[in-house]
Amino acid sequence: MNEQRKAVSLISGGLDSMLATKVILDQGIHVEGINFFTGFCVEGHTHAIRAKARKKEKRNNALWVAEQLGIKLHIVDVIDEYKDVVFNPKHGYGQNLNPCLDCKVFMVNKAVAWAEMVENDFDFIITGEVIGQRPMSQRKDTMPVIARESGADDRLLRPLCAKNLPPTLPELEGWVDRDQLFDFHGRNRKPQIALAKSFGFEEYSQPAGGCCFLTDKAYSGKLADLWQSRGERSYELDDIMLLKIGRHLRPKPHYKVIVSREEGENHYLQGYQKCYPTIRTISHGGPITLVDGNPTPEDLEFAARITARYSQGRDSDEVTLTITLPGDEEPEEVTVKPIPPSEIPANWHV
Amino acid sequence: MSEIELDARHLLCPLPVIRTQDKIASLESGDTIIVTCTDPGTLNDIPAWCRIHGHEMLEHRTEGRELSFRILVHK
Ligand code: SF4
Repeated sequence: MNEQRKAVSLISGGLDSMLATKVILDQGIHVEGINFFTGFCVEGHTHAIRAKARKKEKRNNALWVAEQLGIKLHIVDVIDEYKDVVFNPKHGYGQNLNPCLDCKVFMVNKAVAWAEMVENDFDFIITGEVIGQRPMSQRKDTMPVIARESGADDRLLRPLCAKNLPPTLPELEGWVDRDQLFDFHGRNRKPQIALAKSFGFEEYSQPAGGCCFLTDKAYSGKLADLWQSRGERSYELDDIMLLKIGRHLRPKPHYKVIVSREEGENHYLQGYQKCYPTIRTISHGGPITLVDGNPTPEDLEFAARITARYSQGRDSDEVTLTITLPGDEEPEEVTVKPIPPSEIPANWHV
Repeated sequence: MSEIELDARHLLCPLPVIRTQDKIASLESGDTIIVTCTDPGTLNDIPAWCRIHGHEMLEHRTEGRELSFRILVHK
């Protein structure tokens, strides 16, 4: 009897990896999914934070895809290791701070390491990549770079565009039938949609820009600002989570204020009051503000004026707020005049 | 057979799922684990993760903003 071959599939939660996995499952291969959590993933967080989104049903698309396909999914925390990819991408960044090519190399390499673990012992790796679909990582000339630099070499199979690429080990060994793989290329999504239909997939997610926040211009701008203010490229998970929410204003290079925009963000920012000076409006309804950096007492009072500007007391002469420093039992109460919008220059908005 | 507790409060998805998954990796069949979370996303994600890995959701409770899941491990 033939040995049961096993493949590990990089599942992003989008349609392409779902299709690629299904194509290989249908060839009798045992497939399990792997998904990497870098901290920048679009999945989950913002939905979990913002009150409006809370009302909608939330789900992790990668888990959902795995369940539809009937495969196991392993989610791997790569937050710390991924930093090096973001700080020093050998192949550079895309349009924003997205290091897509290095990111792909990193993820496939992690998948190889997982596949080779004794308790796993998987034979090859599959991805939903399609030649020409993404300007940086999914080009004919970068496909071999990913295979080579990740160490996957000919054990990396892209079922959706395999026919446009040289045969890989699973094809050469006859574990999978190359004739039943595809030759998709370019940005046209019609072939994927038709294939989804033929599999009876009616619901799936098709993220537009990319799979993570680093492709987002505004987000990348905030990250660049953070690095500039610190004088080095560094971040912790809390930093990059906070970049996803609230209004960020930097009145001076050494501090930044993060003002919540709605109730869900209020709750979320509250969770950080032990780590950052926190400002709350008490005389009126209003946001919660965190101050990041090295603010002086005067800076904190100024941050209180900014907070007041976004409170329901914005048109009043006086708004009372509290300022709580990390470790303080008792907050300090301050009464300030809200800063008029005309005195908030556009370039303060990060 | 043991029962252990996992505090996944103040973590946002998918971290509570990852912590649950990693903890369960070191447990034996028949053990139970109680996971406490605050992200409402776990309401979907933890049961979904359990279903695809064949673990059994014995009980789920919501108290205020806290959610807890009692899971029986099957290996
Ligand atoms: S969009 Fe983000 S997660 Fe996707 S390949 Fe690029 S850097 Fe990696």
